Amino acid sequence: MRELAASTISEHVAEMCQEANLYLGDDVFRVLQNSYEQEESPTGKEVLRQLIENVEIAKNEQIPICQDTGFAVFFVELGQEVHLTGGTLEEAINAGVKKGYTEGYLRKSIVDDPLYDRKNTGDNTPAVIYTDIVPGDKVKIFFAPKGGGSENMSTVKMLKPADGEEGLIDFVVEHVRAAGPNPCPPIVVGVGIGGTFDRVAVGAKKALLRPLGQSHPDQRYAELEQKILNKINDLGVGPQGFGGRTFALDVHIETYPSHIASMAAAVNINCHASRHSERVL
Amino acid sequence: MEVKKIEAPLSDDKVLSLKAGDNVLISGVIYTARDAAHKKLIELMDKGESLPIDLQGQIIYYVGPTPAKPGQVIGSAGPTTSGRMDKYTPRMLEHGMKACIGKGLRNQAVKDALQEHKGIYFAAVGGAGALLSKKIKKCEVVAYPELGAEAIHRLEVEDFPVTVVNDAHGGDVYVAGAKAYAR
Repeated sequence: MRELAASTISEHVAEMCQEANLYLGDDVFRVLQNSYEQEESPTGKEVLRQLIENVEIAKNEQIPICQDTGFAVFFVELGQEVHLTGGTLEEAINAGVKKGYTEGYLRKSIVDDPLYDRKNTGDNTPAVIYTDIVPGDKVKIFFAPKGGGSENMSTVKMLKPADGEEGLIDFVVEHVRAAGPNPCPPIVVGVGIGGTFDRVAVGAKKALLRPLGQSHPDQRYAELEQKILNKINDLGVGPQGFGGRTFALDVHIETYPSHIASMAAAVNINCHASRHSERVL
Repeated sequence: MEVKKIEAPLSDDKVLSLKAGDNVLISGVIYTARDAAHKKLIELMDKGESLPIDLQGQIIYYVGPTPAKPGQVIGSAGPTTSGRMDKYTPRMLEHGMKACIGKGLRNQAVKDALQEHKGIYFAAVGGAGALLSKKIKKCEVVAYPELGAEAIHRLEVEDFPVTVVNDAHGGDVYVAGAKAYAR
């Protein structure tokens, strides 16, 4: 059994919170630059130019890419041969979030009670944490801060197996069309297919962790991703909804086995600030 | 790309000269307010009490910035989703507000009120908070400091980039733009 201090996790999490909010990944930056080259609408091009300049200012002047520094969402792969000392995984992550958001001058956007009190917790905790127990003695942590504007434009639908590929495409494209300019396009579209009502939503969110430009390993789903992406961009909604050819930067699908009676589907949208950081400890 | 430069606050003539799709650079004084501050302003209007700021001709920016670091004027400061303010916007226009800056769709009541009261709905680029913060030269809290990031701030801006979404003539760039580029 390998021992790992909970405080080590906290230190890394604090750094990850700041990193993800200041530095946009090279994968997203490259796709933004390609979109800028290809965009036909002059206003759309100007939006993409501003977004590229924004990423550079954020990096050079250490100003968060977006003022909505997000709900702190973590996906953890915890090796079953790791023994955490001095605290639980949840405590360790939340201590890191508190430190990272406070010392990094990031916005605290979490309220304690969702319906009645809505009082800010003051340190952006608690985080949303998904943990998989995996073989080995390592801890892999993915961090993806999630802004409210794009998260609000998410949905789950229990499709019928008979709806098939066409029903799935219609569901995703119609949903994204209705979201329009609200999730700050150009967007990244995460699609979950299969599993239960709850599992499919996690799949859609996990789909957003995959680097942009990397297709689904199953050729049929890779083609479906491209098909949906083309249909979304053909809506003409464009950057920020002002009209243009770049409504979405990428579509990612994650699947899970399904009940014989169901075909659950979910859409989770990310804005162009598709932020993430990761560590293996 | 053509860009129009305007000074805030705004006159009716200036508002009427702007059309959906125009790219505009704003300089001058604007005020911030989002959900919580709007709620407080509307409560004062309901009671017939005076407001902490004079809305006449003003531009209201829907923003909740990140905390400023020492030496910074303001932290990251991009627009938030405007639809959450739909409930309050017609009343704000009745009380003299001339324009608001946010991002995303507005409901029909807001679009109608913009025509009735000669107002404009601008969008700034959502997610360009670092770039937009550089266009803000001065920032001070003028009301509701207890709301933190949601307090009403007075901002002095220089060449703050926005696009006209809904104009005072019924134009809507979200409709016209998608139509022009759909295939």
